[in-house]
Amino acid sequence: MHFELNDEELAFRDSVREFVRTKLPESISRKIFEGQDVSRDDMVTWQKVLAAQGWGGVGWPKQFGGPGWSAMQMHIFDEESALAGAPRLNPFGLRMVAPVIMAFGTAQQQQRYLPKIASGEEWWCQGYSEPGSGSDLASLKTRAVRDGDSYVVSGQKTWNTLGQFADWIFCLVRTDPQAKLQEGISFLLISMKTPGVTLRPIKLLDGSVEVNDVFFDQVRVPIENRIGDENRGWTYAKFLLGHERTNIAGVGIAKRELRRLRRIAGEERKNGKPLIDDPLFAARVAQIEADLMALELTTLRTISAEKNKRAPGPEASVLKVRGTEIQQAISELTMLAVGPYALPWRREALEAGYQVDPNAEVGPPYAATAASRYFNWRKLSIFGGTNEIQKNIISKMMVGL
Amino acid sequence: MDFEFTDEQRQLREALERFLIKEYSFDRYRAIKASPQGWDKQVWHQLAELGVLGVNVPSEQGGLGFGPLETLAIMDVCGPSMLLEPLTSSAVIATTLLNGFVADSAVSELLRHLAAGEQIAVLSHHDADARSELQWVSASARRAGNGYVLNGHKAVALHANLADTLLISARTAGQPGDARGISLFRVPHDAAGVTLIGYPTMGGQLAAEVVLKDVQVPGTHRLGEEGKVLPAIESALDVGLAALCAESVGVMQALFKATVEYLRTRQQFGQPIGRFQALQHRVADMLIHLEQARSMSYLAAMRCISTDLPERRRALSAAKIIVGQAGRFIGQQAVQLHGGMGMTEELNVSHLFKRLTASEFLFGDTDSHLQKLAALTRST
Repeated sequence: MHFELNDEELAFRDSVREFVRTKLPESISRKIFEGQDVSRDDMVTWQKVLAAQGWGGVGWPKQFGGPGWSAMQMHIFDEESALAGAPRLNPFGLRMVAPVIMAFGTAQQQQRYLPKIASGEEWWCQGYSEPGSGSDLASLKTRAVRDGDSYVVSGQKTWNTLGQFADWIFCLVRTDPQAKLQEGISFLLISMKTPGVTLRPIKLLDGSVEVNDVFFDQVRVPIENRIGDENRGWTYAKFLLGHERTNIAGVGIAKRELRRLRRIAGEERKNGKPLIDDPLFAARVAQIEADLMALELTTLRTISAEKNKRAPGPEASVLKVRGTEIQQAISELTMLAVGPYALPWRREALEAGYQVDPNAEVGPPYAATAASRYFNWRKLSIFGGTNEIQKNIISKMMVGL
Repeated sequence: MDFEFTDEQRQLREALERFLIKEYSFDRYRAIKASPQGWDKQVWHQLAELGVLGVNVPSEQGGLGFGPLETLAIMDVCGPSMLLEPLTSSAVIATTLLNGFVADSAVSELLRHLAAGEQIAVLSHHDADARSELQWVSASARRAGNGYVLNGHKAVALHANLADTLLISARTAGQPGDARGISLFRVPHDAAGVTLIGYPTMGGQLAAEVVLKDVQVPGTHRLGEEGKVLPAIESALDVGLAALCAESVGVMQALFKATVEYLRTRQQFGQPIGRFQALQHRVADMLIHLEQARSMSYLAAMRCISTDLPERRRALSAAKIIVGQAGRFIGQQAVQLHGGMGMTEELNVSHLFKRLTASEFLFGDTDSHLQKLAALTRST
């Protein structure tokens, strides 16, 4: 038993660190460190920088043009990127649909879609949830009816993240309404430019617009856009959900945000003294620090045990629950650290390039984003399978109840 | 990075586990606890034969010359058995402490006896008023001729009433709270002026008040330099803290297993109660706590002898926090999910719960370690 990275991993970490340090535009990392929004362009810019390095297919095996990293290398990459202030990569192409296409797609589909995901040319989004089908995903109703060499798709998807930027959406659709719920579902790739696809933004409690309703009205989708067999889509969907949780512990992000919290608590004053010297507040920070150390080690144990397996097992559910709880706790404490200046509600402060007017300053710059982040991050325990669903998985798959 | 035990560690662990399953059943534990001695010398000898008592003893003194990782490997399999014998006190803490003074031929000889199971040594350090501050030592050691005269009162010294040799810290200079001025002495349990007021603790293990009244100790029985042994005491207790974390994980594992088994078999409303989601989620929460605690027990074992002191302190405080909180949650929920049965003496659940609760008080409680970690955080 030893916790140290081996020489090869250390060299890899150093190369990633050096790469991110030199290649990540400061204009992007500054937004991350200030808690501001990053734009589609920022995310695509970063994806293209990675592609130029040959790392566009982050986490992919070499045969599909990826760098062929181990799970440990992938973890190191995620952590180094997060700590250096890199934006998150759009996961819907890279980490969700790509593994499905690799595992179940035809050679033609692999050649058509994968390179453009890695290069950042095409943006993907997800069509899973529906208004009546959230945690009970298999009850989805969006219909796909065969008509010659096409499917005709009608229905509604929701909680579609960043679909406003998307070129493609991968969808679960019902192809056999007579079959058992899980057995009548197919997995389709649909161009967002197809006639009949419309999108309605959903404004969230923090004022952001990152999710949408997507409506399908008699949308014609060629049969060659189906992944795998008709009515086997649920198998592919479950495979994808396993991958969705791979990096969901978010250890790197939590470390970065905890550092930021400490910095803020060092600058903030409570009754004239640094907030970080307040014993109760300091104990709350210490609690998160201990929790995060435990999560990091549990993550490393999981990666280490998975060396030879491709998709993570139910252990990923433990990481999802703890990871999201910790990130939420940090966002909550950051908001509380800011004190009364958490109250002013200025959406513009989250936007890139926002400059404080020196004649009309309202609190420190980090204060403006603290409450929005807290509200926005309540989503963490809801998306990717709610934490309650994760606990169902844990008790069923790991405990056997 | 590797989280597996080596073959050697696994063999030691498995041999001990087989022994405990055979020789230290719950019934046996109860019988030993109810006996007048409150522990079993026979078991102690058998542990010596298995090599368990020599894990931390150098091979020159007849031990295995291992360290914290092997201690981790044996401690978590001890957890479910709730050993009443002074494994952590003697074979981990006192042994580690004595290793630092092995050049002293009497210490070398003592270590040989410890590894063989012929003697027991226990560190007696904590003041009633100290809580987690190790430098809060009020017992005094006054020079007299070639020796010292010890006076003072050590509180709730775990297993002190089992010891042949007590390792007693006392001030040769300074005030309670000063890191300097603390010296260490080895004192026979029956030395004139030593009174041991023994009692069982909530977790079943024995402990004692150690009252020192004009105890005369020859100068040759001082261990290490006068006034400078606090770092050695701290190091030994750090190794003990890591061992305790590992043992607690073993206790939690046993509680978790018992609870899952109960939920599978206990029928209410015509079905096993494990079918109810409210209880399933509680079990999921128990498992999450258990795995976080297990991770931290590994970290504690890994860092407890680190020479990077801030990193060592940070890891050990974080481990004690996470293990303490996990222990409280798992213990309370195991009782809750067993319903009325969890409240009884007849199931091991209540005993395991009490053992976990007792462990939270040892080597600094959760709040003390939260404060320590917070102080470390502030200074970085």
